Amino acid sequence: MSTREQIIKKLAPKEFNTLGVIWVALLSIVSLAGIIAYIDQIRRGLEVTNLRDYAIWGVYISNFVFFVATSFVGAFTASILRLSQKKWRTPLVRIAEMVAVAAIAMAGVAIILDMGRPDRIPYLFMYPRLQSPIAWDIIIITIYLAFSVMLLYIPNIPDFAILKTFYKDKPFLSKVYGFLAINWTGSAKQIKIHQKSIKVIAVSMIPLALILQSVDAWLFSTTYRIGWDSTNLGPYFISGALVAGIGALITAIYMVRRFNHLEEFITDKHFDKLGRLLVFACLVYLYFNMNEYLIPAFKSTQGEAEHLQELFFGQYSLMFWFAIGGGLILPSILLMFRKMRKPFPMFIIAILVVVTSWWKRYIIVSPALLHPFMPIQGVPEEWSHYFPSLHEWLITGGTLALCILIITIFVRFIPVVPIQRTLDEMEITATENDKN
Amino acid sequence: MEDKSKNSRRSFLDKSLKLGLLGVVGGVVATKLVDATAQEGDTVRVLTQDGKVMEVDSNAVKDIQHSHESEDYNVREGFPGRKFVMVVDLAKCKNALKCVDVCHKEHHVHTPNAWLKVFKMKDNENSSPYWMPMFCQHCDKPACVTVCPVDATFKRRDGIVLIDNERCIGCRFCMAACPYNVRIFNWGEPVQPGIEKDHHGTPEFGGKPSVIGTVDKCDFCPHAIAKGELPHCVAACPTGVYYFGDLYEDTVTNGEETVKFSKLIKDRAGYRLYETMGTSPSVYYLPPVDRLVEFEDSDYSYEQVKHVPIPTEEKE
Repeated sequence: MSTREQIIKKLAPKEFNTLGVIWVALLSIVSLAGIIAYIDQIRRGLEVTNLRDYAIWGVYISNFVFFVATSFVGAFTASILRLSQKKWRTPLVRIAEMVAVAAIAMAGVAIILDMGRPDRIPYLFMYPRLQSPIAWDIIIITIYLAFSVMLLYIPNIPDFAILKTFYKDKPFLSKVYGFLAINWTGSAKQIKIHQKSIKVIAVSMIPLALILQSVDAWLFSTTYRIGWDSTNLGPYFISGALVAGIGALITAIYMVRRFNHLEEFITDKHFDKLGRLLVFACLVYLYFNMNEYLIPAFKSTQGEAEHLQELFFGQYSLMFWFAIGGGLILPSILLMFRKMRKPFPMFIIAILVVVTSWWKRYIIVSPALLHPFMPIQGVPEEWSHYFPSLHEWLITGGTLALCILIITIFVRFIPVVPIQRTLDEMEITATENDKN
Repeated sequence: MEDKSKNSRRSFLDKSLKLGLLGVVGGVVATKLVDATAQEGDTVRVLTQDGKVMEVDSNAVKDIQHSHESEDYNVREGFPGRKFVMVVDLAKCKNALKCVDVCHKEHHVHTPNAWLKVFKMKDNENSSPYWMPMFCQHCDKPACVTVCPVDATFKRRDGIVLIDNERCIGCRFCMAACPYNVRIFNWGEPVQPGIEKDHHGTPEFGGKPSVIGTVDKCDFCPHAIAKGELPHCVAACPTGVYYFGDLYEDTVTNGEETVKFSKLIKDRAGYRLYETMGTSPSVYYLPPVDRLVEFEDSDYSYEQVKHVPIPTEEKE
């Protein structure tokens, strides 16, 4: 049985080792390249992209959808697992929230990257039109971001108080933690308010998250486009978000556990549970994929038939089957075996799931635009295809790197595994030096 | 449906009474839609309400004073008491591309950013191919306007859908929403030599000059209408494919002949594109039957339209 001090020492954020520094430097370079590419895009306009009048949305939008989907994991672990009273969630909740905050923040950035006139963002608030799905999106992303930040911050208050004491020999750090701890003493009254606040936020997160994913789907399904004009799109996006989110969570948890040496707290049992969850998510998503692709294929109306032909056998078939086969079917089969639900195999599978989730969004956004009702004529031949340009890749890579960088910085300064809650659950009561 | 027809009739009556037109010609409506008067000595040909052409003394006809000439004209409201429609007679189109040419010249756009394109269509393998001019359908229930988050694109009371390119944020949702794919995006800095910079991007001039990072499209030439002229494509077409007019007056003209809109649509089985989508366009097409020219079986190519020159000469 460890003592309180030992546990705090184990769970307190760790300074970067050499590998950590290299990691941060690498992410910073990729982010910087993205920022430079974006500055060039602002200077020269969106003509630096390969987007044109038919492929009007591309990798920026699919990347945006990916970030929105990934942010779902915060609400899922923090709220749904909470309501279902799954005790094993404790060491996973914090990191899920970090992933969620980073992802939803980058979703907000990603949508701006796609705008032709980012200098006119204030117009969205000066001349808002509420019937536009973009207005809904702005409203829900803002609210979800605010709630995600609260859900990351508020449960952390007791831990910040602990860290304030722990870093006594580092005055600045201690001061910052002290500021963040907003005079937390751990009194019964405070605990009561604290618990209540967390509960209110956590419960609110569920409808917010469902609305967020649905609005994201409605951005597409409110149009007439073949491939988007589907009543299935809401639940399809929600279940897809669960897959992407859990995939991202497993990846993050594996890396954090490995580099912060948290094997004692994040055990094989947690991976096993997450593996089962991932199978569940994949199967649900697979079901909605069947609705989305097989039923229209059965009817094969003219437009749908062309669109699905491209996806199943045409130029997108490789990506499409990679996303369906590699990202959904294979993981659900593999993870049914206990051996595969060990940390390392899970890590590999989770990376596969995240990568295919990203490509899946690309498949949802891009091909639909290239099958308009009217023929594509009177434009250069290359306008009827789309593949992102170097600028688009650099900028997209930059957003992904920035997202991981944000998570890394969170991990550096915020305890990944909740300290106070772990202590409570291990029934280690406060010692005298807790009160200060 | 009933409400709409009542509305248009009321508006029509209202205007007519105001102008005293009915009283003057005794049930005869002047054909002069936008100053397309055919003055032939002392008599003038007019169209009666039941669609007959007759000649009456020119003194008996008074010009319609459209109220848009009054001061209450507002760019976002449009010409009061009017509802513009276009009829495209596919039987007459021979892909002369004069419409595209003049559209480019007048709006200072060029291929591939064309506001007006002529498509080679073939509905099914047994039917014969035909040329189809394609441009903004100026829908009564425009999908593009519904999704615009900043009210940059809007529909006016006269039925014209315009874009304020000083407002547009470049999100391109309108382009995704438009089932007709008629919207154009300025991906880079627009190349518009010889453009007049004075009327600076008011929606009235349909986004002229074009602005980088914003959406453009066919504007139904409100600047021409304001001057009492027909839209440029209508005036330029050598075979009279395009008819333009006012639904409330129930007349459309291609510059040469003026016909009753409702009769034309009925007799020639006029239709609108993707009626089932409920967008309710203001552009009607007449089926390509008994075509004026046999369809050249040459393949459609981008090269054909690519060489429509970038306008360099100054506007008149």
